[in-house]
Amino acid sequence: MKEDSTSFAKEYWQANLRLIMGCLVVWFTVSFGFGILLVEPLNQFQIGGYKLGFWFAQQGAIYTFVGLIFFYAHRMNKLDKKYGVAEEDDS
Amino acid sequence: MDLQTLTYSVVGASFVLYIGIAIWSKANSTSEFYVAGKHVHPIANGMATAADWMSAASFISMAGLIAFLGYEGSMYLMGWTGGYVLLAMLLAPYLRKFGKFTVPEFIGDRYYSQTARIVAVICLIFISFTYVAGQMRGVGIVFSRFLEVPVNVGLFIGMGIVFIYAVLGGMRGITYTQVAQFCVLIFAYTVPAVFIAFQLTGNPFPQLALGSEMSDGSGLLLDKMDTVLVDLGFTSYTEPFNDKSMIDVFAITTALMVGTAGLPHVLVRFFTVPKVRDARRSAGWALVFIAILYTTAPAVGVLARMNLVNTVNGPEGVGTAYSEIPGWFQTWENSGLLGWFDHNGDGKIQYAAGNAFSSDNKGKPLFVGDERGQFGERLISNPSKGEIATGAPFANEIYVDRDMMVLANPEIAGLPNWVIALIAAGGVAAALSTAAGLLLVISASISHDLLKSTFAPNISEKSELMAGRIAAAVAIGIAGYLGMHPPAFVAQVVAFAFGLAASSLFPVILLGIFSKRINKWGAISGMCVGLVFTSAYIIYFKGVFIEPMAVNTADNWLFGISPEGIGAIGMLLNFAVAFVVSYLTPEPPKEIQDMVESIRVPQG
Repeated sequence: MKEDSTSFAKEYWQANLRLIMGCLVVWFTVSFGFGILLVEPLNQFQIGGYKLGFWFAQQGAIYTFVGLIFFYAHRMNKLDKKYGVAEEDDS
Repeated sequence: MDLQTLTYSVVGASFVLYIGIAIWSKANSTSEFYVAGKHVHPIANGMATAADWMSAASFISMAGLIAFLGYEGSMYLMGWTGGYVLLAMLLAPYLRKFGKFTVPEFIGDRYYSQTARIVAVICLIFISFTYVAGQMRGVGIVFSRFLEVPVNVGLFIGMGIVFIYAVLGGMRGITYTQVAQFCVLIFAYTVPAVFIAFQLTGNPFPQLALGSEMSDGSGLLLDKMDTVLVDLGFTSYTEPFNDKSMIDVFAITTALMVGTAGLPHVLVRFFTVPKVRDARRSAGWALVFIAILYTTAPAVGVLARMNLVNTVNGPEGVGTAYSEIPGWFQTWENSGLLGWFDHNGDGKIQYAAGNAFSSDNKGKPLFVGDERGQFGERLISNPSKGEIATGAPFANEIYVDRDMMVLANPEIAGLPNWVIALIAAGGVAAALSTAAGLLLVISASISHDLLKSTFAPNISEKSELMAGRIAAAVAIGIAGYLGMHPPAFVAQVVAFAFGLAASSLFPVILLGIFSKRINKWGAISGMCVGLVFTSAYIIYFKGVFIEPMAVNTADNWLFGISPEGIGAIGMLLNFAVAFVVSYLTPEPPKEIQDMVESIRVPQG
């Protein structure tokens, strides 16, 4: 049984790491990618009244950050339940 | 009611609210004093974190910085929000699971070393005091400008208020006061922004107004801003990398993001929620509340700059006579944040690119006491030669301090008095909430990490609580002293706080959770290398306690990275050293590895 619970914990941790990596790729892309490294080419495009690169740097990246955290929290709650490591509901 | 009375009433009412909350939420145990008994609802904690995080700098200075930097202002916007993503995924849930009281305590336990804990305490105290001095200055600015009391009187009032709720209420008092302060500051920030956005573009949402057409039919706001600035000889607002190179913007953004995630007063907020999953969600809520201000700020920046140009240069774009300029001009002149020298002698104020005042004083005006010139303007002793900058229609005649943009914005736009009074209450709320959070982590690290764990391990809980209160009171005294006698280097050391948090605390906390192999030698040497490298680089160029050893220009910088962004390199060094040293020395004991296993899962 001991063996089982450790490999289970390992699997849970691996799943968490994959999720984190995925989220951090998005995090990097919208801020450092679109907002800084690619800002000049993206500025060729207009979205609403903004240049696209400028929009990402001053608005879009921040909205994405908020979405990412809630997405991560939501997926982690599911993972917690799936692997049976969620906290009890009483407190 | 006149503006003065109105401001007193609004600020006074907010103080009564804070004190009322303090009395209601007095702390009775060390757990309540340090982490509010871990009973804070995640949304309330989100608001408290937002208020804790958004300082006088966010409230007063940031939109002004953006207004003058244009695109490059993005590094503050992304840098000061992106850190929450790191916090939510990499740090907060695990620190909550660890379940103790302070950040140095985690470092000390995880690296089974009192030395590591003390190094962490030193970093924490340095970071926090640097920061708190800035907050006290912010309180002083707001008081002296809006309530027209001497800066020191304002400071004493501010210290008194913080004393009441931080010393009595501890984390519990601070948390609920911060929730109230968040409401005050966000209301104060957005109301004028909505008014001004509506005035200029017809769209009441500042976030959308930024991308809207001007209501006078002159095209898109941002395009108009670009044209107006280029016509005055400035660089375009939206074009990237006019003021800073790409690598520097990249490095500064990194240092600010990582630094945010490593700031002890922010981290400790996530110790206060009931569960691990609340810590994740709470970081999301914190960022929602922060994003309200941070997505409004770029609009405030553009609108403020536009209003400034329009008001000063007038509808014809040739300048406005000093005798006809609105009253705010003189008020801000009196506070020293605005100065005018009539270079072309036409009695009109003109604003364009170039320095109106000589570069000996970094382009800032040196006022000749309180003496007045022929138009009633304050006399200034260091005018520049008044040359017309390349591409500008006339010589620039004014100096506008960035710190006045947000505060003066409602006046420049001619908004009603109650909006201006609100701004004062908001600025004070932003400064006090951050100061209180910082003072608490300082006092907790002294009473808990130094006293309880190092010098007097047998101390009772009651005495520890008393020690915590005394430490908080002493810290307030020191902070007040720093606010009253701001060391000349305060402005320069802000880079320090973020650089140190990024290069010392963040990497060891992260590695402590995500690697079981990093041992105490790795962590201690990593922290020390990060700390020493980053401080040395900043001192080398900025000369904090000594004369700078090299001119602070891009040619001298390592890889073209300014001292503000060097924390990013310090962080990489810290990681590298921690890895190499750890793999050359024995692995951590079994029980430490088990502890790491246990903080990775929420249950248990």
